[in-house]
Amino acid sequence: MNDIIVKTVTRIMVPFIQMYGIFVILNGHISPGGGFAGGALIGVSLILYTLVFGVGAAEKKFSHRLGDLSESGGILIYLVIGSVGIVSGGYFLTNLDAGFLKGEAGALLSGGMIPLLMVAIGIKVTSTIITLFHAMIEEDPS
Amino acid sequence: MIEFFNVLLVIFLILSALAVERTKDLLSAVIIFGAYSFMMAVVWLLLRSPDVALTEAAIGAGVTTLLFVGLVSRTRRWE
Repeated sequence: MNDIIVKTVTRIMVPFIQMYGIFVILNGHISPGGGFAGGALIGVSLILYTLVFGVGAAEKKFSHRLGDLSESGGILIYLVIGSVGIVSGGYFLTNLDAGFLKGEAGALLSGGMIPLLMVAIGIKVTSTIITLFHAMIEEDPS
Repeated sequence: MIEFFNVLLVIFLILSALAVERTKDLLSAVIIFGAYSFMMAVVWLLLRSPDVALTEAAIGAGVTTLLFVGLVSRTRRWE
């Protein structure tokens, strides 16, 4: 797309969309939203960047290797945090009994491991959505 | 008042769902489907589930619309 208006608006809007996505992820345990919705917001901002500036420019920002690493890394963080409950003698995803800090109810740092799980889910969803779109766009037309 | 607004939204939902099926231009159908998703998000908000509304606005109106736009750009535009 070679439109100066679309390019300028995209360049201004993408950081704000990503900032809102990070806000939704970090406030996932005390407000509506969470890892899935926030990760989808960040993924949408990268898809918008891909549509406007082309696949080549988007590959420099979010490469295949980074997609593989974050997609595997997100679920690995989730599994490691969940396994802490088993190691400490409880069930999978045991929260406060496993030694996670309780914090003050309603504050940003509260809820034990839930914010960490939200960050892991956010990374996973972001890389999944952007990898899905890149795989569909890059395929050779038949 | 809020019931009237609810009925209006549901009528708009039904009309846009019919319009998606009737439209021959696939790019227009994708945009109408995005409007459908936004109205659905407002309906979820009125049903007091802001979590689902946020996800619907991000996934339904954002990701699905952009994926369909990418799909139309790889195939034919007219049905």
